[in-house]
Amino acid sequence: MSVLVFADSSEGKFKKSAFEVVSYGKKIAEQLGSNVVAVTINVADASELYTYGAEKVVSVSNDQITTFNAKAYASVLKQIASKENASAVIIDSSIDGLYLAPMVAVNLEAGYASNVVALPSSTSPFTVKRKAFSNKAFSNTIISTDVKIIGLAKNSFGVHENPVSGTTESFDAQITDADLGVKSVSVDKATGKVTIADADIVISAGRGLKGPENWGMIEELAEVLGAATACSKPVSDLGWRPHGEHVGQTGKPVASNLYIAIGISGAIQHLAGINASKVKVVINTDPEAPFFKAADYGIVGDAFEVVPTLIEKLKAFKQS
Amino acid sequence: MKILVCISHVPDTTSKINFKENDTKFDANGVQFVINPYDEFSLTRAMWFKEKQGATVTVVNVGNATTEPTLRKALAIGADDAIRVNTEALDGFLVAKQIAEVVKKGDYDLVLAGRESIDYNGGMVPGMLASILDFNFVNGCIGLEIDGDAATASREIDGGNEKISTNLPLIIAGQKGLVEEKDLRIPNMRGIMMARKKPLSVIEPVEVSSQTATTSFEKPAAKGAVKLVDADNVDELINLLHNEAKVI
Ligand SMILES: Cc1cc2nc3c(=O)[nH]c(=O)nc-3n(C[C@H](O)[C@H](O)[C@H](O)COP(=O)(O)OP(=O)(O)OC[C@H]3O[C@@H](n4cnc5c(N)ncnc54)[C@H](O)[C@@H]3O)c2cc1C
Repeated sequence: MSVLVFADSSEGKFKKSAFEVVSYGKKIAEQLGSNVVAVTINVADASELYTYGAEKVVSVSNDQITTFNAKAYASVLKQIASKENASAVIIDSSIDGLYLAPMVAVNLEAGYASNVVALPSSTSPFTVKRKAFSNKAFSNTIISTDVKIIGLAKNSFGVHENPVSGTTESFDAQITDADLGVKSVSVDKATGKVTIADADIVISAGRGLKGPENWGMIEELAEVLGAATACSKPVSDLGWRPHGEHVGQTGKPVASNLYIAIGISGAIQHLAGINASKVKVVINTDPEAPFFKAADYGIVGDAFEVVPTLIEKLKAFKQS
Repeated sequence: MKILVCISHVPDTTSKINFKENDTKFDANGVQFVINPYDEFSLTRAMWFKEKQGATVTVVNVGNATTEPTLRKALAIGADDAIRVNTEALDGFLVAKQIAEVVKKGDYDLVLAGRESIDYNGGMVPGMLASILDFNFVNGCIGLEIDGDAATASREIDGGNEKISTNLPLIIAGQKGLVEEKDLRIPNMRGIMMARKKPLSVIEPVEVSSQTATTSFEKPAAKGAVKLVDADNVDELINLLHNEAKVI
């Protein structure tokens, strides 16, 4: 028996979530008294995963799947799960992970819980806590099948070092034409920008900024902090910012360490999507704005005065 | 083209979420139910195919009779007919299995669903459905064109988007971008009147056991009060974020 962990990568480099799922998989394997096996696809050197407890890495190199392909990846995971006699498969609940996991579940006739936020509270019955109602609640869910699929919510468990002397085995995955029924034609991605999914810090701005011409200071603040930029829904609906920046209940979820909301009122739908962030800061002229009830720190003030000062002071702070 | 749109019946986004019976059940008391916002984008795209390319649009829900007003609303927006599979939606797998039967019987070419439903946020049904039926599948879809059997789609990825080519039969899990917010339709009086006469068939479920069960719910721990920092004292905010919260 083993706990299989999918360590996702992009262009041969592990995503940050890969280290979190391996750390998590290691702990579940301890709970179940089994071993953790990490799966990588097209990563030349997977030894980085040993640091987080992966005793064994199964490495797949295949030039038919040089970019993410959910169906083909699901088939690869099924083949390896059968070979390794996996009793649990851990996949991150990222955009790609959420695409992949339900297909793996059906392939393995396994029950699946997504957006899980903690280690199982019990292994018999196998019970996990997951997000529900867009971060307004959690549900405790029993998975009753022999094989369990767990989708791990970002930043919920953390990355924990647990060095082992691991080994890497290569695996020759069989990919059929049917597995490649969905083909990637092209990818359009801002290069050199931190993504909302990967970011430790997210700087988000709302309608309080008055117009798209005022986003220069938001981008500058993000740059100083190495942060991603985000926005409220009306801002993307108005075309001030791209849809990809829309966060909240009907946009992207945010689970960063720090979320700074500037000129955002804090509507229930906005808060639902960003509540999983650890520390929240609000800057708003209106002391009655609902965001102040959800935030850890707040400044009642005009963004056009506070943000430039904050940038200047942060630059000095970073230099000291 | 025969299109099936999966409609989830969910609490309105402004709902206060409460539980009853020792936190084992969602308390629907005083809650307004709506078409799941993600499904609305998909339904609107389906209407576009119907009007521009000639398609029939059926909507389906797996649930008990309380979901029928939500299906009627989808009919009022313009779907041709509705199907309700008469069973409790116990988990994503059970729902996917029931819808798979509907797809097989009705020979649909295109199934449009939402990326997730905003109640249980599982995000499982479309992907499971695709695997059960062995159809192609695009998740997080933000653009879809169909030409004969060929489909071009885009999906959201971290930090951008990806263009995809694939073929029918196809499952799509949509979100904003599939159509724009301003294109969403509010049912008008005529639509509502017509919806009353459109067929809504109730079919009995196939035998499937669920794979997961929710035993209880919890609310997030109450949050402490916000620490306010004076607008003239931005240094203090930096100090707190660095020394107290340790996030910068
Ligand atoms: C079905 C549904 C789904 C939704 N999903 C989402 C979602 O996913 N994400 C989302 O964000 N919203 C969502 N919404 C919209 C949500 O209800 C709010 O309308 C939206 O979040 C408000 O955006 P805002 O805070 O930018 O704008 P506003 O509510 O207009 O707030 C602007 C804020 O800026 C402040 N302000 C003004 N001037 C300044 C200044 N100079 N300096 C500092 N502050 C200033 C104001 O005091 C105010 O608080 C959804 C709504 C519905 C109905």
